[in-house]
Amino acid sequence: MLDLRLYMLQRLSAMLMAPFVLVHLGVMIYAIQGGLSAGEILGRTRGSLPWFLFYGGFVAAASVHAAIGLRVIAAETLGLRGRALAVLTWGVGAVLLGLGMYAVFAVTVPA
Amino acid sequence: MTQEHDTLEVSVWRGDADRGQFETHRVPAYDNQTVLDVVSWIQQQVDPTLTYRFACRVGMCGSCAMTVNGTPRWTCRTHVNKVLKDGRLDIAPLRNLPVIKDLVTDMDPFFDKWIRAGGAHAPSASRHDPIVEISPQSEGRATADAGIECINCSVCYAACDTVSANPDYLGPAALQRAWTVVNDEKHGDRQAVLDTVSAAGGCHNCHSMGSCTMHCPNDLDPLGAILGLKRATARGVFKRRR
Amino acid sequence: MRGHRNHPLWFAFMLHRLSGLGLALFLPAHFLVLSLALSDPALLDGFLHWADAPLVKLAEFGLVFLLAVHFFGGLRLLALEFMPWSGRQKSWAAGALAGAFLISGSFLLNAV
Repeated sequence: MLDLRLYMLQRLSAMLMAPFVLVHLGVMIYAIQGGLSAGEILGRTRGSLPWFLFYGGFVAAASVHAAIGLRVIAAETLGLRGRALAVLTWGVGAVLLGLGMYAVFAVTVPA
Repeated sequence: MTQEHDTLEVSVWRGDADRGQFETHRVPAYDNQTVLDVVSWIQQQVDPTLTYRFACRVGMCGSCAMTVNGTPRWTCRTHVNKVLKDGRLDIAPLRNLPVIKDLVTDMDPFFDKWIRAGGAHAPSASRHDPIVEISPQSEGRATADAGIECINCSVCYAACDTVSANPDYLGPAALQRAWTVVNDEKHGDRQAVLDTVSAAGGCHNCHSMGSCTMHCPNDLDPLGAILGLKRATARGVFKRRR
Repeated sequence: MRGHRNHPLWFAFMLHRLSGLGLALFLPAHFLVLSLALSDPALLDGFLHWADAPLVKLAEFGLVFLLAVHFFGGLRLLALEFMPWSGRQKSWAAGALAGAFLISGSFLLNAV
């Protein structure tokens, strides 16, 4: 399932995400005070390069991390092996990266 | 005689690789008896065809491990009173290994992986070379010493859910042996062992659930050994890039 | 519960696996909703208002809990794997759970 290369990718993406997650949790707790609105979120993120880099990096790391994580679960619980397992890993990674980067663009490109 | 129960209700697995079922016997209860004593009593007094494996009876040979009330244990050193549940014992063969008959499993996959993990010694000197002095206090030797008391009973291997989910996974005992070898200065090719455990079935599949260390009858720490291998191989990644 | 699994590190493993699985399944939905900001801003606002409903709030609490438990569980694993240190793993597992409750608890308190 995991060789040294995939293991290191999984751990390095996790280390990269640790600060992202902490900020994400903090922003969530702060942002939901008084309810969420699209205007409030977009007012914060639109046209902001730092938020673009933050969420862009987060999405990239999360896609790698989730793809490898689901690979292990699929192999160990569903018994997936070989080509099917490779297709699943790359597929999950690509879909998450695509959807995630689109969402990052949606909330950060200047209106 | 034990206070509440003068007999034990003991269910023993009977069968082979394809099918089987538990057979229940009433076995006399004594204050001091091991699970192996109970199995032997059934074999000697009730059913001579019951198949099980043991040799030393003192926790050295590693041949008598079985699943007792759902937990893998060395039966010769497991007191019945410690594991009895409501006066009952369920005794089954070890998990994660093919059953040959009744309580006897085929240990070949376990020992094959021990070799596959690089467990065999590779000499670094011949008999004509002078003997290299290794201090028993040196860090590598102390780490190696921590692992060499393994009796290959396969209790850790049976306890590991990663082994059950991934038949290619080398498992805790073989990886602990690899860690011992990696820390043995007299081993001829320690980098080869690190490369072996970095491949697909290697140490990086471990999820640190720790059932191996939890259940090791000799109080060894295979989880700690696997973590050592993970650290050593991860360090190697950065070293090679430089 | 089978006997060989009945110990804290095994539960920590299972919690980490289930929380990770939950997060991975939630991520596509999360991304799709945010993408509405570009394709259909009115629908996004409508969705965020719907998210104020108590039952949805509870589901959000669950998600924050998943993220927090996976975060602290992950830190525990990284510490276990990359720091030359052994033992004390039980208290780290417990700490991960406590931290997750702390964070998701403060989220819930803010939300209601």
